[in-house]
Amino acid sequence: MPDTGYVLAALAIGFVITVSLRAVPFLLLKPLRASAFVSHMARWMPVGILLILAAVTFGSSAFGESVHLWEAIVAAAVTVAVHLLFRRRTLLSVGAGTAVFVVLVNLL
Amino acid sequence: MARVTDQIATAPHPGRRAEVFAGVGASLAAGLGLFPLGIAFGLLVVNSGLSWWVAPALSVAVFAGSMELLLVGLLVAVTPLATIALTTLLVNFRHVFYAFSFPLDVVRNPLARAYSVYALIDEAWAITNARPEGWTPWRLVSMQVALQSYWVAGGLVGVLAARLINAPIEGLDFALCALFITLALDAFRSRKQVPSVLLAGGSFVVALVLAPESALFTALLLFVSTLVVRHLLTRRRGAHA
Repeated sequence: MPDTGYVLAALAIGFVITVSLRAVPFLLLKPLRASAFVSHMARWMPVGILLILAAVTFGSSAFGESVHLWEAIVAAAVTVAVHLLFRRRTLLSVGAGTAVFVVLVNLL
Repeated sequence: MARVTDQIATAPHPGRRAEVFAGVGASLAAGLGLFPLGIAFGLLVVNSGLSWWVAPALSVAVFAGSMELLLVGLLVAVTPLATIALTTLLVNFRHVFYAFSFPLDVVRNPLARAYSVYALIDEAWAITNARPEGWTPWRLVSMQVALQSYWVAGGLVGVLAARLINAPIEGLDFALCALFITLALDAFRSRKQVPSVLLAGGSFVVALVLAPESALFTALLLFVSTLVVRHLLTRRRGAHA
């Protein structure tokens, strides 16, 4: 288990980086608006980063302390299906996928 | 943004109370999502074996829901601080683009301005973008304070619930995977980024082969590197044309 000093250091790092990402663009609005690099990154980054995060978190749920691969595959499929069929209500899709996974892991 | 400022300058000055009510009103729909997700976050913190205070501390220090959920897993695994820094940088990088269309201009008080920038979460940006007109300092800041209150309160309820249940619920961490799946689906729909999806998928597979122990760090780094190359190639093609 992590000690308090480590947790506080991680919190401090997270604070500085997150607030800087939010604040710096307000100081550099004009040059950034014209930058081709920034506009390319704005278009290309989000979907790829989110996909990598989905893959990594899928891995830690499926191959955690015990292996729950097929449960994770079913729960991911339910998440996608509910999201696409019920008009992309994030809370509903996340709730349904998580509930399916918790039930499959605990009751079967 | 100048347009919004002009309108507020010429509009009859509404009462502070009415503005706070309007701000809280604008936050309610997002609160329906933030509060339950906050509960899941609080449950996850205690279920993971972290102290209860980590939930409110994270919600104040790193006020960004998906990053906080991700940090719970990283903290439990005692991930190196450099990985935490890079992950925070890349996961929250989208916030850089919010400044271009957020009505910060209306806020004059330096403390209120600082808070408004600090609390510029996805939901706050989305709310102002859905209705860009009519923001005043009190309306904007009270909307953001309301959003943070839902999130912190949800986290505390989750922490309390975990204490009452007193047995970890196995599998709850799947909420994070489900959240990223839905966010990826939404990003994919609005951008049609097949090349980005392929580059990200390839980066993840290569990272699994090269460095399975630090797949997240390696995959993010590889993916961003491929995007930089893609940018340089696009620019060169543009120069030749």
